[in-house]
Amino acid sequence: MNKLRIFFWSILLLLLQILVLNNINFSHTINPYLYITFIFIFPLKKNRFIFLFFTFVYGLILDFFSDTGGIHAFSLLFVAYIRLFFIKLFFKKGNIDYLLFNLNSEAFGQVFNYILTLTLIHHFILISLDNFSFHNMEIVLLNTLYSSTFTLVLYFLGSYILRKKIT
Amino acid sequence: MQQLIYFIRKYRYFLFFLLLEFIAINLIINNHSFHKSKFVNSANYITGDFYNKTNSIKNYLNLNKENVELLNENIIIKNENEKLIEILNTVTKVKFIDTSKQRRSYINGKIEKNQYSSNFNFLTINLGLNDSVFSEMAVINSKGIVGITEFVSIKYSRVQSILNKNSKINAKLKNSNHFGSLTWNGFSYNTVQLLDIPRQAIIKTGDTVITGGMSSIFPEGVPVGTVINIEKGSSIKRIINIKLFNDMSNLRNVYVIKDFDKKEIRDLEKFNNE
Repeated sequence: MNKLRIFFWSILLLLLQILVLNNINFSHTINPYLYITFIFIFPLKKNRFIFLFFTFVYGLILDFFSDTGGIHAFSLLFVAYIRLFFIKLFFKKGNIDYLLFNLNSEAFGQVFNYILTLTLIHHFILISLDNFSFHNMEIVLLNTLYSSTFTLVLYFLGSYILRKKIT
Repeated sequence: MQQLIYFIRKYRYFLFFLLLEFIAINLIINNHSFHKSKFVNSANYITGDFYNKTNSIKNYLNLNKENVELLNENIIIKNENEKLIEILNTVTKVKFIDTSKQRRSYINGKIEKNQYSSNFNFLTINLGLNDSVFSEMAVINSKGIVGITEFVSIKYSRVQSILNKNSKINAKLKNSNHFGSLTWNGFSYNTVQLLDIPRQAIIKTGDTVITGGMSSIFPEGVPVGTVINIEKGSSIKRIINIKLFNDMSNLRNVYVIKDFDKKEIRDLEKFNNE
């Protein structure tokens, strides 16, 4: 994992999200939120303060550009916090394996489960916060489903094409 | 004390996480109250400039269409002007015409960021304090209403779109003086809802709805849209769906209306309330 490479990809994902993906509005409401990839490519470290702080800032930058207050920051931070739990659950990794952990070297089934779970949680929180009320729950759920599918397709296509480069 | 330090050390990540989440929640709630979001919005220096740069390409590609739209608007205004001149010529008995009074002036601007997919949509326009735009000014375009300025920075300002669940605009029917408030339920980006219309008002599909002029923000008579249907239900909670004249997904040039009498009206209303 190269620090510079992660930085480069984060910026690229940010620009992609702001300039392209936020404007897709498929059937007026459905957008992919591919910037969640930030959570997947950020390396695992013992000290989590840096990771949590960077995720918060990353989400906040998106909020600045899309006028959404803090919903991206909130949902991304939430996913960042629970990431470790799901890594332990799906990959059965302990503290010692953090340094060598790499999504590309894991079995596809596990990776898929991991990414699917995190994406669904993130999108659900994001879209419910955007809705900001307890009405229209069925629309929130449907939107979560559609947006997640969209994001997952984009993510897996991207990671398949850039397999060697993104690591 | 020992225990407290131990507790903080044990849950330090969780506490840090909670702190950041708390900040985020605060920002979300601030974002939902009118012109309270001073910090997180796209009207600040960096984001505004970023959108400005990226938009220059889009502007170039749309020049042709924009030109046609502006020409059409020009023709309408020219014709209107001719009519008014003609009317003015027929008036002979008036000895003195006050030409110094002008209630409103228009400032033209461009939309830097359009948004219509969220439940609480905001636009960013390239007018700010430098162009003497302030908070709570009406934003319209040639076809109809767009929104109200909310937060103003030096070069840019954030506009609360009519497609925002918090927006409430006074509107009335064109053929009568019954007025209600214009809101949005968050479903379709070209349909808004008119509420609180008194039950004696006769409404048919196809009726035109315009702004009411009861608030000091919008002048009377800015076009809004046409009635498409009236939802069945008790007459007090009657919801009227209105199709907007504007295509909110395709906005470019806007005007901000500066009202010179606004301060006077505001002061008067304040005086009444006390």
